[in-house]
Amino acid sequence: MQALRLSAYTLTTALGSGLAPHLAALRAQRGGIVKKRWETVEFDVCIGEVAGLDEVRLPAALADYDCRNNRLALQGLQQDGFAAQLQAAIERYGADRVGVFMGSSTSGILSSEVAYRQRDAETGSLPVDLHYRTTHNAYSVADFVRKFFALSGPAMVVSTACSSSAKVFGTAQRMLAAGLIDAAIVGGVDSLCLTTIYGFSSLQLVSSEPCRPFDVARDGISIGEGAAYVLLERGDLARPGDIILSGVGESSDAYHMSSPHPQGRGAHMAMAQALQMAGLQPEDIGYINLHGTATPSNDAAEGAAVLALFGQDTPCSSTKGHTGHTLGAAGGIEAIICALALQEGLLPGGVGTGQLDPALPCHYLLQTREQSLRHVLSNSFGFGGSNCSLVFSRVDA
Amino acid sequence: MIYLEGLSVLGPGLPDWASTAACLRGEQDFVAADVALPAVLALPATERRRVGTAVKLAMATGFAAVTDAAADAVQLANIFSSTGGDCDNCHNLLEVLASDERLISPTRFHNSVHNAPAGYWGIATGCTAASTSLCAYDATFAAALIETATQVLASGQPCVLIAFDTAYPEPLYSQRPIPYPMGVGMVLSPQRTAASKAALQLAFTGDAAAVMADAGLEQLRRTIPAARSLPLLQLLASGQPGRVVLEYLDDCQLAVTVGA
Repeated sequence: MQALRLSAYTLTTALGSGLAPHLAALRAQRGGIVKKRWETVEFDVCIGEVAGLDEVRLPAALADYDCRNNRLALQGLQQDGFAAQLQAAIERYGADRVGVFMGSSTSGILSSEVAYRQRDAETGSLPVDLHYRTTHNAYSVADFVRKFFALSGPAMVVSTACSSSAKVFGTAQRMLAAGLIDAAIVGGVDSLCLTTIYGFSSLQLVSSEPCRPFDVARDGISIGEGAAYVLLERGDLARPGDIILSGVGESSDAYHMSSPHPQGRGAHMAMAQALQMAGLQPEDIGYINLHGTATPSNDAAEGAAVLALFGQDTPCSSTKGHTGHTLGAAGGIEAIICALALQEGLLPGGVGTGQLDPALPCHYLLQTREQSLRHVLSNSFGFGGSNCSLVFSRVDA
Repeated sequence: MIYLEGLSVLGPGLPDWASTAACLRGEQDFVAADVALPAVLALPATERRRVGTAVKLAMATGFAAVTDAAADAVQLANIFSSTGGDCDNCHNLLEVLASDERLISPTRFHNSVHNAPAGYWGIATGCTAASTSLCAYDATFAAALIETATQVLASGQPCVLIAFDTAYPEPLYSQRPIPYPMGVGMVLSPQRTAASKAALQLAFTGDAAAVMADAGLEQLRRTIPAARSLPLLQLLASGQPGRVVLEYLDDCQLAVTVGA
């Protein structure tokens, strides 16, 4: 496939806002998951919460977009000079030649959750300050970003649960290849809400302690929230040292709505396809950022697929122990962690994992390691059996 | 250039493509009527019980398009597009979360993801190819047509597009009044085949989007995102080559050129 250059990128999670706190946390193996009461949840829950969202104010012209998810979207946009770099790309190509493809699972549904509690006792009607279109609807965050930058090109939200913001890289790649755009802003924004906290709890998939990916005693996820943005341009613009998207693999489990295929059939297909598109062999990959949600069945399926394709030698880890599982934002966030790994020669050791599961003899990193990398792979797998693997590479000097 | 291999419509007073085409050619009057949705026999009985209007609509739309193309669903990468996913299910979760008990059904929760119909499609067909579920509010149909076309071109393989929309019950219905469920399915291919009905070419344009002359059909077009496809369907029903502009985003419309 035609590679794409990651011309600019930024992320915001429980570890902090922007690249610097993430790099520091990855080096120090520090996690951002805390156990606390959140919103009106009646029990303590371990979450990866982004600090300060209550204080974020949207521009007056976009006031109808105000919700936790778009506050997080704005907070994320304002880091690392990303907005200025995007502005420069818009000036280069034109506002109609830059696409906006964002991933989100729950969008601004928290606004409707709160509004349903405030329904009129007599009529059942919702409070007048609920703006469904610009908050709860799945398209809200892409619409917000498109309007924030006054763009006039194509836009949409991919919502395939926890693979959402990985799959938008594929969309951007195909749109550029078709000549419909010259650049794309891709990424993901997902924020804490009652639907996911109570929903994952109903499936008994939430850990009572900060999550422990690939640990023998892992017992579920910790829900997080985050925002990730990448400016993608044509790969032939890349200079030595730049990071490129070199492969995308997408597949479906065709197995079950909320459980992965036990042998990781879909995961294996997605990884193999991403390698094939990148023209690489398994041994070319220096690090795998696992989906690694820390549920017993997810990690078992992914571990089986990684072992089948890569054997036991390829270093890998999940960064869900650092950030929590940011669901629809996870693919974008972990893509940027992969870019940081390539840029800095940094293989993140996992957080939260004590004793590795002997049934999953992958080369799971318990300690962060400094080592030059050429190619890395990132996995994102979601409910409904939606799988996406991405390969990123550092252009040789 | 991409080729239309299969087409399906399931909407109010539009029970299949043949009668929809007759309506669009003016041979039959359009009369909106409730949409009859078949049970999803392709799903195992345990799963079949768990699905509501949105999944039934998406399945019926998808299978009709694949059958029309004489294609094999197991081979087809698929694109599901919808403004709200399973809106009944979402309303139920919101009600439970607003109650004192907050006892969410695990099935309701996993059905709440926007890609739930795509997940059921995979289970029903056994298809392990790529599947994307997307939303662009009122622009959802054009966004999905672009995504499908670019996927067909990039992969060199046929893909199926399944556009479907359902309504929320009140109170969200007032915020998003979609009067009827409606689905539109298309199988698109990178090569012309014996089954090809038309050649399609897409381009962005600043031209104004086409509207429907029939008031009832225009009402559908304006209120159901999947029905934003009606001007294209009308051109296809005519059997003539031409160009039509579909409503996409406020300052970016989608021109579709239809050739033989």
